[in-house]
Amino acid sequence: MLADVVSVSVSRVLFEDVTKSFGEVVAVDSLDLEVIDGEFLVLLGPSGCGKTTVLRMVAGLETVTQGTLRIGNRVVNDVEAKDRDVAMVFQSYALYPHMNVRKNIESPLVARHFSVDGGAPRKLTASERSQRITQAAETLGLASLLDRKPAALSGGQRQRVALARAIVSRPAAFLMDEPLSNLDAKLRAETRLELVELHRKLGTTIIYVTHDQVEAMTMADRIAVISDGRLQQVGAAQEVYDRPSNLFVAHFMGSPPMNTFEATVAGGGREGEVTGAAGRVRIDAGPAISLPPVGSRVVVGVRPEHLRSQGHGQQGRQQEGLRARVSAVEWLGYERHVICDVAGRTITLREPAEGQAPNLGEEIYLDVVANHVLLFDPATSERIP
Amino acid sequence: MTKPLAVPVDEDHVRSRRRSIKDTMLGLAFLGPSAVIFTAFFFYPLYRLVWLGLHQQNRTGTRERWVGFSQYADTLTSADFLDGVRISATYVLYTVPLGLVLGVLLAVVADRKLRGIKVFQTIFASTVASSVAVASVIFFVLINPQVGYFGDVSFLSLSDPGSALRGVALSSVWQNLGLTFIIVLAGLQAIPAEINEAATLDGYGPFRRFWRITIPLISPSLMFLVVVLTVFAFQAYAQVDILTGGGPAGATETLVWKIFSDKEPSQYGEGAVMASGLFVITLGVTLAQFRILEKRVHYGA
Ligand SMILES: Nc1ncnc2c1ncn2[C@@H]1O[C@H](COP(=O)(O)OP(=O)(O)OP(=O)(O)O)[C@@H](O)[C@H]1O
Ligand SMILES: [Mg+2]
Repeated sequence: MLADVVSVSVSRVLFEDVTKSFGEVVAVDSLDLEVIDGEFLVLLGPSGCGKTTVLRMVAGLETVTQGTLRIGNRVVNDVEAKDRDVAMVFQSYALYPHMNVRKNIESPLVARHFSVDGGAPRKLTASERSQRITQAAETLGLASLLDRKPAALSGGQRQRVALARAIVSRPAAFLMDEPLSNLDAKLRAETRLELVELHRKLGTTIIYVTHDQVEAMTMADRIAVISDGRLQQVGAAQEVYDRPSNLFVAHFMGSPPMNTFEATVAGGGREGEVTGAAGRVRIDAGPAISLPPVGSRVVVGVRPEHLRSQGHGQQGRQQEGLRARVSAVEWLGYERHVICDVAGRTITLREPAEGQAPNLGEEIYLDVVANHVLLFDPATSERIP
Repeated sequence: MTKPLAVPVDEDHVRSRRRSIKDTMLGLAFLGPSAVIFTAFFFYPLYRLVWLGLHQQNRTGTRERWVGFSQYADTLTSADFLDGVRISATYVLYTVPLGLVLGVLLAVVADRKLRGIKVFQTIFASTVASSVAVASVIFFVLINPQVGYFGDVSFLSLSDPGSALRGVALSSVWQNLGLTFIIVLAGLQAIPAEINEAATLDGYGPFRRFWRITIPLISPSLMFLVVVLTVFAFQAYAQVDILTGGGPAGATETLVWKIFSDKEPSQYGEGAVMASGLFVITLGVTLAQFRILEKRVHYGA
């Protein structure tokens, strides 16, 4: 029981105003983030935004330039990597090429001391080690591959060996740096599910780095979106998707990305209107939200699935909404993306691939689902609440 | 009875034979240049060597007579030859392990990202640019009993038959250090940083990491160096000639020195036999090294 309590408190990772700079380059800028014990947190952001650097600071492979980093309740700024009790899965897997799978998985067990059944930490005996290896290998379906060298494994198998090596020492937290990026699409989808399953089984904190929002949305308990070394938003996938806190998150999450265009507030109150160059958009801002005063400039954000095309193929009807000219149609089998030109801006509409697709060059009107419109401040690019 | 079906098959046959002739010609053309070079500088000298060993020259070297394999039997069992083998083997033992260990140490020290490390890397590598003669002259100045700065270090003294070979060996170690350093450093730098980081996270200290990760991963370089340094050591001549001239009391007469030095034309046959002996020994040792080390060497994934 006590052991459980101890191990629980050990798994939290807390960044307090953490900054990392490499000379002039600030890779991570004043990061404040709490990774809750046992959660699957995904660090999501474009290439070069500092995700790997965050992970490497937790692992102890990079020093913290400023701020405090805690694992559990312990400040680890000056704790060496080998004493941090975290396991990392590298993007390249970093398997030892000269060791077979068994030796690779055993590796974290040979040098360290472990406390068995709450006893004082000591080295594991050979039989304890082989028991753990067997267990980890079975969890990841590697039992038949134990005597192979990494060179004789497929990419997916190598990835599983790397995972087995990470789980075998039962660390306080797993750090994973784009572990699926070397896999093909099918294997990646399968492994995503396996990872979620593994996390459910082990209940260990996972910090997972990716630039792939599909991975983030399918696996994460919470997503931390990072751009340019700064944390943009943390929250559950749905929250980040539905209520992005600024334009960066709005554009980064979702494929195709959210449509945005500038407009002026034309009507106040709860149900307002904005007018832009291409027409009027009605807004149902919801009870908790107040529109900015009439006349202020805003950036309107609408997801492609919250646009409805109406009346293509119908002539002469009085149209509302945004006037748009169809410039391309992408067909994806189960849906299509209609790419339109709206007063010089590209707006994408996503609709089920049913019925007649609009013709290229045709003029259509886009309706906006009023209660899904978001507004952003053009000056700060923050969402207007 | 004719078999109409056979006709196209035959045509195919002809075509494929024509192509294979063409391929053979092309292959020979590519082989040509190296075949010429090997013949001129390896096969023909080897043939001459064996031939010389079967003959004895007159005093002036203008005539020879056939003596057959008796010259091989006599020379290869002579005390002179066996002495040379013993001295050369000792020379290998003095130079190869020490050179390898020093080279690896320097490379490990220099393989880190520090300001100014390039300067040290250049210095450590610099002995590749020196010839045997330069190395020998430097050591002559350092350890020569009469004029050397360290002429009185008895452990390396060139005037004592018990230690002279060590003094000569040291100059070889120094001279080959640059090569060893460069090759080991290249091997170290080819190890992905993430492998070392993974080992650190697995709780390895520097020593365990060195033995369990670094050494296995640079083993191909090490194996190459063992083979090459051994061959170099068996071929040592110039350093002996410059530093000791084979002395004192013949204590530094390596096999090559014996083959090369103070030979009258009438002894050319003997020298040729010894050279053949050296060739066979070097070949044998190298093959043995391959067989023993190959099993323990990991070639990258
Ligand atoms: N050792 C280093 N020295 C100097 N700059 C570095 C170093 N490591 C990272 N950086 C810089 O820090 C920034 C963040 O790098 P990081 O590797 O964390 O990005 P990332 O988000 O992981 O990108 P990717 O998705 O491409 O892996 C980049 O601008 C990078 O150039
Ligand atoms: Mg990265």
